[in-house]
Amino acid sequence: MLSIKNLQVKLEDEDKQILKGVDLEVEAGKVHAIMGPNGSGKSTLSYVLSGKGGYEVTGGSATLGDIDLLDMEPEERAAAGLFLAFQYPVEIPGVGNMTFLRTAVNAQRKARGEEEMSAAEFLKVVRAKAKDLKIDAEMLKRPVNMGFSGGEKKRNEILQMAMLEPKMCILDETDSGLDVDAMKLVAEGVNALRTEGRGFLVITHYQRLLDHIKPDVVHIMANGRIVKTGGPELALEVENNGYADILAEVA
Amino acid sequence: MADAALKTDTTEAMIASLSMPTATWAQPAREDALTRLRSMGLPERRDEYWKFTRPDTLTQVAAPKATALADDDAPMFDGVDRLRIVFVDGVFDAEASDDLRLEGITIERLAAADSDLHWAKGVYGVLEANGQTPVARPLAALNTAFATDGVLIHVTGKPSKPVNVIYIHKSDTSDVILHSCIKMDAGAEMTLLENGAAAARFNHVLEVEIADGASFHHIRSQGRDHERRAATHIFTRLGAESAFRSFTMTMNGQLTRNDCVIELTGDDAIAHVAGACVGDGDFHHDDTIFITHDAVNCNSRQVFKKVLRNGAVGVFQGKILVKAGAQKTDGYQISQSLLLDGDSQFLAKPELEIYADDVACSHGSTSGAIDEDALFYLRSRGVSEVEATNLLTLAFLAEAVDEIAHEDLREDMTARLGAWLTRRRG
Repeated sequence: MLSIKNLQVKLEDEDKQILKGVDLEVEAGKVHAIMGPNGSGKSTLSYVLSGKGGYEVTGGSATLGDIDLLDMEPEERAAAGLFLAFQYPVEIPGVGNMTFLRTAVNAQRKARGEEEMSAAEFLKVVRAKAKDLKIDAEMLKRPVNMGFSGGEKKRNEILQMAMLEPKMCILDETDSGLDVDAMKLVAEGVNALRTEGRGFLVITHYQRLLDHIKPDVVHIMANGRIVKTGGPELALEVENNGYADILAEVA
Repeated sequence: MADAALKTDTTEAMIASLSMPTATWAQPAREDALTRLRSMGLPERRDEYWKFTRPDTLTQVAAPKATALADDDAPMFDGVDRLRIVFVDGVFDAEASDDLRLEGITIERLAAADSDLHWAKGVYGVLEANGQTPVARPLAALNTAFATDGVLIHVTGKPSKPVNVIYIHKSDTSDVILHSCIKMDAGAEMTLLENGAAAARFNHVLEVEIADGASFHHIRSQGRDHERRAATHIFTRLGAESAFRSFTMTMNGQLTRNDCVIELTGDDAIAHVAGACVGDGDFHHDDTIFITHDAVNCNSRQVFKKVLRNGAVGVFQGKILVKAGAQKTDGYQISQSLLLDGDSQFLAKPELEIYADDVACSHGSTSGAIDEDALFYLRSRGVSEVEATNLLTLAFLAEAVDEIAHEDLREDMTARLGAWLTRRRG
């Protein structure tokens, strides 16, 4: 589903190479996890895939199905089925959460040539999905992420994911800033979305999120490359021994 | 001396080009205003108060040409049950206007009010004259001296519906001076709606005397004409526990100068003034506000937001003056611009002058571009760049629009601002 080949990326304004040839295949229905120390390029990978500015692709490719992602605007990537759950969801004063969700859902539907959701239908769907994530009506009315706690922001990301029904979900450090209960709630939200047709790329520092969202494949990223790939046991190895052993082994 | 002589020439040329309406109760006020005008002279760019806005097209004898826009939008305030008073290029249109009789309110036209015992003697030119210090406002004195018409409204109760003065612009060369007075008796309430571009060049003065416990709401839209020019003044004086709330929306217009002079003279009064403007290209918009706190425990609030692109210019000069003894004053002022490109400009001069020691006054002024992080967040959810920019722009304007108390009108203003942004896609 998501196919990344020898992806090389540098900062646009600086002569600094961040990704030095990343290779990664995420199949439909599978959950892949990327772990790695700070500064390894994990978040950059998520940003480059979703189309954030400030990066320059110097080589390689990234495709979703048969679509070349790197050539598209961020909104086109979203309409094609890519979703990024942000590590730091952005606060937007003056834009209501509901307005935002509905605008996003209908913009994607329109881009795909589908009929827009009516206000009544949208309200029904969003209320049901919000309830599952313990998001109350008050949170839906407030401006996007304004005054939300860390946990509320992450649940709001998962709500957007549930409403937009993407093919490929990238979760960037979704566990950061969450207590154990909040992490469980978020993980349940993600697990509810696991289907045969949907791929997941879960970026995390720690193994504990992977206790709740069980990955099929675990990759270790370091210094702009995937240096090791294995099963769920690889995450446990990191948890027990840190990254040093693995990095020494592949060096 | 050469400069002073030039100023006198400009002023005398303007005076010579106009004729004072025939004698009525307003005659002494007009004569006084003419004397004031002669002593001040019309504004020039060198005048401190006109540092950011060139007054020459407002002070030259003939109005520069301005094409009237064929507006296909639904008429402003169409959904509101209201009493309409229509002026076309400054001329009263009886056909298009409603019956001026309404319970709790007396409405007359300046040009038709000929009684010598007129209540408006206590307002016409009085608040304007009062507002000439500490800063001269010669265009308002010019207006008092030569205004050809306007509405005189005496509010004794709580009329069942708003009064809507509609200013239609048709002629490319119309040069219009209108002057309106409103006297709110104690405990009275009214909403005044004003809309339309009015003329190629429009000079408007609105004087509002608000007695104790009275409440005045004002919502104004200055039309969508591109070339029109306007200099407007609002002068208001508030009694104890009274309220003044005014919101202005400006879309387009080559030159707009909106002065608002507010004097809080009774304790526990409230004055809120707000504006939202959007300009593209040849657009210069100036909000100049002067609020004087001269009583205890009053609250004033200024919220001004400007969206500028393609070389549009926004100006904000806002002052809060707290006189000695005006304790427990709560004054708030914010002026912000959203610059949609690098060519646009925002010039702000916020001022506080405080002579009381127990007050809370704050002011802020910012100028910035669209928040890139918010833009990317929206786009990453599938919202197009244009739509995301519009959403963030409306969100920026919302703080000013939210000052409108009526929900329907708030939504209508937001929709119109949204439509303006949509028309300027790409």
